[in-house]
Amino acid sequence: MSKQEYTITVYTENQIGLLNRIAILFSRRKINVDSLNTSPSEVEGIHRFTIVINETEDAVRKLARQMEKQVDVLRAFYNSGDEIVWQEMALYKVPTSEIAEKVKVERLLREHGARVVVIRTDYTVFETTGQREETDKLLRVLEPFGLIEFVRSARIAIIKASEGFHALLNEFEVQSSKFEVFDSKSMDETAYP
Amino acid sequence: MQNKFPQPAPVASLTVDGGRSTVDGLQAAVPPVLPATQAGPDTEPSTVDGRRRTVDGLQAAVPPVLPATQAGPDTEPSTTPPSTVHRPPSTVHRLPSTVHRLPSTVNRPPSTVSGSEAVMHALLAEGVETVFGYPGGAIMPIYDALYDYMDRLNHVLVRHEQGAIHAAQGFARVSGRVGVVFATSGPGATNLVTGLADALSDSTPVVCLTGQVFAHLLGTDAFQETDVINITTPVTKWNYQVTDAAEIPEVLAKAFFIARSGRPGPVVVDITKNAQLQKFEYSGYTPCHHIRSYRPKPLIRQEYIREAADLINAAGRPFVLFGQGVILGKAEAEFRRFIEKSGIPAAWTILGLSALPSDHPLNVGMLGMHGNYGPNLLTNECDVLIAVGMRFDDRVTGRLDKYAKQAKIIHLDIDPAEIDKNIKATVPVWGDCKETLPLLTALVQEKSHVEWLQRFRDCDRQEQEIVIQNELHPTCEALTMGEVIHLLNELTAGEAVIVTDVGQHQMVACRYAKFNHSRSKITSGGLGTMGFALPAAIGAKFGAPGRTVVAIAGDGGFQMTIQELGVIQQTGLNLKIIILNNRFLGMVRQWQELFHERRYSFVDIVSPDFSAVAAGYGIPGHRVDQRDQLAGALRTMLERDGPYLLEIMVGKENNVFPMVPQGCSVSEIRLR
Repeated sequence: MSKQEYTITVYTENQIGLLNRIAILFSRRKINVDSLNTSPSEVEGIHRFTIVINETEDAVRKLARQMEKQVDVLRAFYNSGDEIVWQEMALYKVPTSEIAEKVKVERLLREHGARVVVIRTDYTVFETTGQREETDKLLRVLEPFGLIEFVRSARIAIIKASEGFHALLNEFEVQSSKFEVFDSKSMDETAYP
Repeated sequence: MQNKFPQPAPVASLTVDGGRSTVDGLQAAVPPVLPATQAGPDTEPSTVDGRRRTVDGLQAAVPPVLPATQAGPDTEPSTTPPSTVHRPPSTVHRLPSTVHRLPSTVNRPPSTVSGSEAVMHALLAEGVETVFGYPGGAIMPIYDALYDYMDRLNHVLVRHEQGAIHAAQGFARVSGRVGVVFATSGPGATNLVTGLADALSDSTPVVCLTGQVFAHLLGTDAFQETDVINITTPVTKWNYQVTDAAEIPEVLAKAFFIARSGRPGPVVVDITKNAQLQKFEYSGYTPCHHIRSYRPKPLIRQEYIREAADLINAAGRPFVLFGQGVILGKAEAEFRRFIEKSGIPAAWTILGLSALPSDHPLNVGMLGMHGNYGPNLLTNECDVLIAVGMRFDDRVTGRLDKYAKQAKIIHLDIDPAEIDKNIKATVPVWGDCKETLPLLTALVQEKSHVEWLQRFRDCDRQEQEIVIQNELHPTCEALTMGEVIHLLNELTAGEAVIVTDVGQHQMVACRYAKFNHSRSKITSGGLGTMGFALPAAIGAKFGAPGRTVVAIAGDGGFQMTIQELGVIQQTGLNLKIIILNNRFLGMVRQWQELFHERRYSFVDIVSPDFSAVAAGYGIPGHRVDQRDQLAGALRTMLERDGPYLLEIMVGKENNVFPMVPQGCSVSEIRLR
């Protein structure tokens, strides 16, 4: 089974220490995390982790189950690139003098879908949002012009087939007087279809 | 017994301003150099305002009286089969058999109590009777509160925190209840780590309460401050740091629920000293039965039960492997009915040992590296393998790519993460085997696999001839570990609880000890923690005071926690200790002999005179090295009404066989 890029989406409670609990699942197996984002989700009070790793599907499936085993984790899904819509954001800081003199700023912005965030006399900050190749392309374009700083955000991703977490959450909220059962219907199909 | 709640002391009637965050409030109120022994925030005048934090939903949700059943299986008095060897000890400090349940705490108006008192109340509400612990600076308020609860909570003072958690594990394993540990911050907490890892590996329900420095000192490298939450995260099922006393009832309720439910495991609750001291409006304790993000049991899927039954009914050579899941699920009877109806031979992992009586006709023995010949060999000949509450540990499977490749696999487990982890399941049967086994039993046909079972008998005869006869009835001069266990079986008639350490003696004890009752074999399986036996046996004796408990250790492992003899001295605990002394770290030596050309690197351990050490602790002891004295010495040990240490000198370079060498398939098991 060959390695490929997987995006893992984890719905969790907002608990201090949970980031560490999730992170050590990767470090214990010596898996490098390419990108990790935490954010609110479509459900108030529920957090959403978006984690990108390069692994075999077998390893990712086991990781997802290990994550769901954590008390404060509600669900973990994993998806390959064609199952998600994803974006990353990048910021580029370049000397204003270089940009003003050597590059047609307008053309640059149009070609790369970039925006100017700040213009000062000493430097200018561009922002672009897109997939890795797109943000990389602008990086290559700007590198010869004395790029001062570059930073790229973690990936955020929407699962194409997902109907959102609201319905799933309702199942989690069910409380019975005895031990409740876990809907394991999708345990063997942890990725959305 | 009515659980009275003490009135707050007059001097402590002032409380912290609950509307402010604890850390800020403390920074304002407590001088940074406040000595740890002084009451901190409590002595500072402040007013109660209307914005006091309360545990969400607590006041509304508390039922007026807790039904007795709500306290769960943990509070059931342990049913203890009568010991054939001696009467229950009179010297053991134990509580009356009355189980404390939470009385109606809710109908009375909320009272102001300290966090530490709330801890005591939570423990009583959870049916806790015994706590293993060691005091220290950051947990002193809890120990101070304990002083008022000594008549209801039996605290066992250990000699090292590792001893406390192993004792709690032994207590939990023998009784099926949650073991409870107190330890202070810093070294107290870090000393728990081995036991936490052990309890996580062996799915043992333990709740550890650790003291922590004042919240305002967190992150300042304060005296005895360690980052307990992050240190224990990889070795706990759940952990949480409490910095506000108002959180205590809810967090402890969660802690007990998480520790005991689903696949059990260890939980750490780290409580800062200010939270232990802080007064808050307490309105009662509500046991936790639901956590939104936590599903202890997967939903049972009927179609998988059906598929599993079809596979079993079509099988010609079905084989059951069972583990501790049967014991943890209290499903011994359900398991027995399943194998008896289907007629399937069943073999156990060392943690599953004693779930099925040793003399049951379908009990074909032990799995794994030093398991029995038949179960290992025939794993690779069965056509359907039914794994019940076990996790295909590498010590059980040997080489994975040569493990049961010919068989269809049915895997029953409560933990979905175990399904397909090591062995791909043909049919995954998620759920508590207490519920899934009866469903399966209803669908399987009544059968008896006479010829197939005969294969196990044939293998057993070979093993008897080549290995077991010489081990149990040796003709050589040196004593063998096996003959000691064999004699112990005869003297205890399978009624004793046997707690082992780790190493050769552990494998021998698992192979040869006979059991009539479940929860009779306690050993460190997954983690293989040397030093486990003595403290775990102490805990087991507290958990099953009516039963004979025998700790069996090697000369190496015993020295790792030898200090816990002090607990026996202090409590008079009627514990029997056998040290099987081969003057080597035997298991490592065996590997060095077999796989490292007898390069005996640092395995020739020198030991003290163990009975002299025991005598120093006021424990009678004896050393035996002659066969004709062995039975008498064991009888003396067992018949004495009180603790006893028996050191038995066994052959120096005996090996444990059979053996599946590392990297080999189970079918390559060696008989010699």
